[in-house]
Amino acid sequence: MDWSIVWKAALALSGISLLFGVLLAVADMKFAVEIDPRIDDVLSVLVGSNCGACGFPGCQAAAEAVVEGKAAADVCLAGGPDIAREVGRIMGVDVEAKERGVALVFCKGGLTESPLRAVYQGINSCSAASKISGGGKACDYGCLGLGTCRNACPVNAIIIDPDHRRWINRDRCTGCGICVDVCPRDLIQMVPRDQEVLVVCSNRDKGKVARKLCSVSCIACRKCEKVCDFDAIHVENNCARIDYEKCTQCGKCIEECPNNVIVRVVPPRNYKPVTSAS
Amino acid sequence: MGLTRQIRRTLLTKGGVHPKTHKYTASMKIAPGPNPERMVIPLSQHIGAPCEPVVEPGQRVLVGQKIGDSKAFVSAPVHSSVSGEVKSIGQFPHPLGNHGLAVEIASDRSGEISPDVRPAGDRVNMTPDEIRRAIREGGVVGLGGATFPTHVKLSPPEDKPIELVIINGAECEPYLTGDHRLMVERTADVIEGALLIRKAVGAKRIVIAIERNKPDAIEVMNDSRKGDDFEVVVLPARYPQGAEKTLIKSVTGREVPAGGLPMDVGVVVDNVGTAVAVRDCIYEGMPVVERIVTVSGDGIAGRGNLKVKIGTSFHELIEYCGGYKGEKGKLLMGGPMMGLAQYTDSVPVIKGTSGIIALAGETVFRQEPAHFVCIRCGRCVRRCPMNLLPYQIGDYCDAGMWEQLEGLNIEDCVECGCCSYICPTKNPLVQLIKVGKEGLDKRKKKIESLSSD
Repeated sequence: MDWSIVWKAALALSGISLLFGVLLAVADMKFAVEIDPRIDDVLSVLVGSNCGACGFPGCQAAAEAVVEGKAAADVCLAGGPDIAREVGRIMGVDVEAKERGVALVFCKGGLTESPLRAVYQGINSCSAASKISGGGKACDYGCLGLGTCRNACPVNAIIIDPDHRRWINRDRCTGCGICVDVCPRDLIQMVPRDQEVLVVCSNRDKGKVARKLCSVSCIACRKCEKVCDFDAIHVENNCARIDYEKCTQCGKCIEECPNNVIVRVVPPRNYKPVTSAS
Repeated sequence: MGLTRQIRRTLLTKGGVHPKTHKYTASMKIAPGPNPERMVIPLSQHIGAPCEPVVEPGQRVLVGQKIGDSKAFVSAPVHSSVSGEVKSIGQFPHPLGNHGLAVEIASDRSGEISPDVRPAGDRVNMTPDEIRRAIREGGVVGLGGATFPTHVKLSPPEDKPIELVIINGAECEPYLTGDHRLMVERTADVIEGALLIRKAVGAKRIVIAIERNKPDAIEVMNDSRKGDDFEVVVLPARYPQGAEKTLIKSVTGREVPAGGLPMDVGVVVDNVGTAVAVRDCIYEGMPVVERIVTVSGDGIAGRGNLKVKIGTSFHELIEYCGGYKGEKGKLLMGGPMMGLAQYTDSVPVIKGTSGIIALAGETVFRQEPAHFVCIRCGRCVRRCPMNLLPYQIGDYCDAGMWEQLEGLNIEDCVECGCCSYICPTKNPLVQLIKVGKEGLDKRKKKIESLSSD
């Protein structure tokens, strides 16, 4: 056996690999992409569910935008004040603690309370149904119950029961606000986390009409307005609305409401009042 | 010559479907409609800005009197179709959506005509501007169903000269026969209307496009046409032959560019009904207060082509035709392909109501709300007259992936319904596309608001 073939081949291969090695090393130095180490730091403190509520395609993009200065430190809507503060610490800016709300569907009527006026056949989505003569629900302003918000929620906080009633898991809700955007009837709104007394209706019909269409509708009787000692509840456009800053959660209006539209909800279990930035 | 042209037209007509025509009312003469006591006339019967009411409750109005007007250019005034007293102005059910502002009139059934109704002039003496103004005052909109204000359509910008006026007599929707009857019974008026439209846009030629399945209309049109610049074009019968862009391609071979208008290829398309309305508005001064409505379907005892006063409720009209028959299925405004399902028959007839179709319970296809299931057969792609990819658009719309819709030209969809009709898995493709158009719009707005911050 001619050993020269072996060592020649070994030499040639080592030579080639050395050459490529040097080339790669040079290329790496020459075309190096500078990555701000803060991007990784920011990314590690973000929620990481890639919900997209901030408007950026995922948490990585949001982190890059923060570091590049295209977005503020409180970019992460789902993260809330704690994460905003954490991002602010990495970026070296002070972040004002902002309270994240919790989503609530302002409609109480399921199929039992507000029966169907027509049979809807089509795509299982509220935005599709609302384009066909307003879907099947009798009330023009009520929840269609087909689950567009449930499908959009990145943390599965919304449940819709067979009677088309919605239940939002207030412990899970991060307050990202995606459901607020997708609801074709604008029924979902953010309410402060410590607000317990709420008017769960979005009706704009006159009381006489509303009473016919739904048994749990606000009929604008103004009894709540009269009973409130703090001037915190007012009827606008045939529906009562609470001024959350004035409301003291006393619950007098709940007892007075003839249609049981005003309810007391349990605050989220993980709720803790926002303290000033530390 | 004639034969090669026919072959060319057949070859040009890509896509489309052939639903059963159900044109039971094709040989029924246009009959007068009911004269009800209560009229509800919506103030938004057209594409564009809704009208503001110009009458007050308690005021007496006469036939042809203006009851609503708007200052916007893309809008058309609304007129009273009866004489009587304005009872109220408020929200009433509207056939195109939930509710809309409307004027409720208690009719005295005398039909007293307003002194405002007087001839505007004639074709020879009027200038194009005068014709357009008269058309606007007469509240003429596209009576084929799209209800686009006609005076806007007839005001092309100077850099886009109009060479050809196409009068659309295709009437490809199943059941509907109103345009067909107009062409047979009011041939001279259709032609006069077409000549007026031609004068308004300064075009040279007029083409009346009729589908092959209306031989009597083709014959009378051929007999009464005047001059060489007036042509009757016979088109193969298929749906959607009467859709504006499909029609232009079939007649001229020109394709309207994506996102463009017929005026980009030098064409104006107007419906037969619109041509007659233009003629009535100029020569008699009578604004659009009546229209031909085809009442048909196996859910109604009688059927026919009726001249109906705008504002008559569907209920009144159906009772006039003998009432409902059998189990109630679906009530549609318009044809079965593009028509809108109604949840109540208390909605009024508007300018865009080309037909009222009541389908009996057993003939209606029932389907539970479902998600998109595609077997990739590609039939929708072959049938789409706009050369889109409905299955792909539908897939993205169902998933809510609006960003993927860019580049698929979803805005070009004419919502004709061929894809939904042909789909073997019964996917509601058109509905998905309608949702997608809205979703894409919302996304664009969101991006704009983000980038402006």
